Amino acid sequence: MSPIVETTDLRKIYKGGFEALKGINLSIHEGEILALLGPNGAGKTTLISTLCGISQPTAGSARVGGHDIVDDYRAARSLVGLVPQEVALEPFEKVINCVNFSRGVFGKPKDDALVEKILRQLTLWDKRHARIRELSGGMKRRVLIAKALCHEPRVLFLDEPTAGVDVELRRDMWNIVEELKADGVTIILTTHYIEEAEAIADRVGVINNGELLLVEDKNALMARMGRKSLKIDLREAVKEVPKALSEYELERSADGLSLTYHYDARGEGTGITRLLAALANEGMQLRDIHTSQSSLEEIFVDLVHQEDAA
Amino acid sequence: MNLYAIRAIFVYEMKRFFRTLMESLLSPVISTCLYFVVFGTAIGSRIDQIEGVSYGAFIVPGLIMLSVMTQAISNASFGIYFPKFIGTIFELFSAPVSFLEIVIGYVGAAATKAMMIGVIILITAHFFVDITIQHPLAMLAFLVLTCLSFSLFGFIIGIWAENFQQLQLIPLLVITPLVFLGGSFYSISMLPPVWQTITLFNPVVYLISGFRWSFFGQADVPVGLSLLAILGFTALCLGVVWWIFKTGYRIKS
Repeated sequence: MSPIVETTDLRKIYKGGFEALKGINLSIHEGEILALLGPNGAGKTTLISTLCGISQPTAGSARVGGHDIVDDYRAARSLVGLVPQEVALEPFEKVINCVNFSRGVFGKPKDDALVEKILRQLTLWDKRHARIRELSGGMKRRVLIAKALCHEPRVLFLDEPTAGVDVELRRDMWNIVEELKADGVTIILTTHYIEEAEAIADRVGVINNGELLLVEDKNALMARMGRKSLKIDLREAVKEVPKALSEYELERSADGLSLTYHYDARGEGTGITRLLAALANEGMQLRDIHTSQSSLEEIFVDLVHQEDAA
Repeated sequence: MNLYAIRAIFVYEMKRFFRTLMESLLSPVISTCLYFVVFGTAIGSRIDQIEGVSYGAFIVPGLIMLSVMTQAISNASFGIYFPKFIGTIFELFSAPVSFLEIVIGYVGAAATKAMMIGVIILITAHFFVDITIQHPLAMLAFLVLTCLSFSLFGFIIGIWAENFQQLQLIPLLVITPLVFLGGSFYSISMLPPVWQTITLFNPVVYLISGFRWSFFGQADVPVGLSLLAILGFTALCLGVVWWIFKTGYRIKS
């Protein structure tokens, strides 16, 4: 299956000489949810803007649905919807007019039933005749989403969709995302909330300094990069880690009541069995044990730090 | 051709106009009435006929042109500048529309509004003075061409402007003086010979003269020249718009 979005050595150099994208090669599969992570200024928004046609690529190429985004921009853009990071709406216009306008400029005939469905989904139906400036910030974000959905995109870009958004809207949005995914819509989102990426994405891409550090299946990434830790609660506090256990590099808690062992989940042998046996040999009484896996956020911070250090 | 997009832009722009219908129509109507009161009645009663036309009627074509030009420019420049200013223009850039379609939508709407205002002023003037239109087709042609070319010009200003001051600059510093000195309120034959020659460098003279000819059959300059002037100006504006499109001047980074 050919990818729905494909970039080849995509570069963007702004007028001042700032290189925002340093040759991005990315393939996005149809129907997947791809989360793009990266610190502020990493190039996430530039990548999205370039793919949507808002800024021109300096070099390289990109295709959406097999159509070149420059030479065949009409076919490419008619597949794409964008929910931008910044709220930009005409303050004096009515909600329904803004939404119908979007559908029109994307070359679609009026479809009142569809627009009504989308507005109801976003609980905007009752506000359809309200002027944008009368709406709260969250409501304005809902209008932006409605504008992007009303022209039935096959590829939807969500640029920081949940920044500064209340719980209810976030929940509504993820419901919509699920529904879109069920319809086979490809979704690319950037977010600072890594739990979100962890919860809904199929694949994760990490961008830093205009370079794509990796794109990987989320579960594979977490399995590969994820370090697990085993926390052992003791019945009696220990003053120090016994010498016999030094090879395990245990961390002793301040109160001496627990020891933490870090191990690699992908390793052949984790060493847990041997460790537990060694603990028993030392005559230690265990109260409880629990394991935890490092989150995507820790993986992400690690990756970006490695990059910055290199 | 993305006809739905053109329609969407056109309808959206016209809605803005109708949303502020009172402001849009009332101000040109009131200023026209004021001109008639001041120039037509107060001063005009002391002025003899100009070239066989009463002064009140004589100023009608000039008044219409004055309003149509300023309205076309301000509507078109604001129409494209406002989305730039508030950031909603991103949507046009991400939409499957060509620059030509954007131009047709915005310029078409601005020209339509200017046209409507021109017609309303003509009707208003009718209540003050008797007007006969000798060449209605020519009048219509001049009106349409002026609406279109000045809307194009306004669109260019809207693309160029980086703040609201610049948006006002050209209409205020260039258009208003040219229109006032372009024979709106007088025949250029009334000027001293030197100024008659200088005036001929003012492009607006040709427009007003041609437009007046379609009303009264009299003109300061040959009507063919007037037609050429407005066609030339339209072509110039089209050329600049085409250049903007080619180079992406001030629209795309």
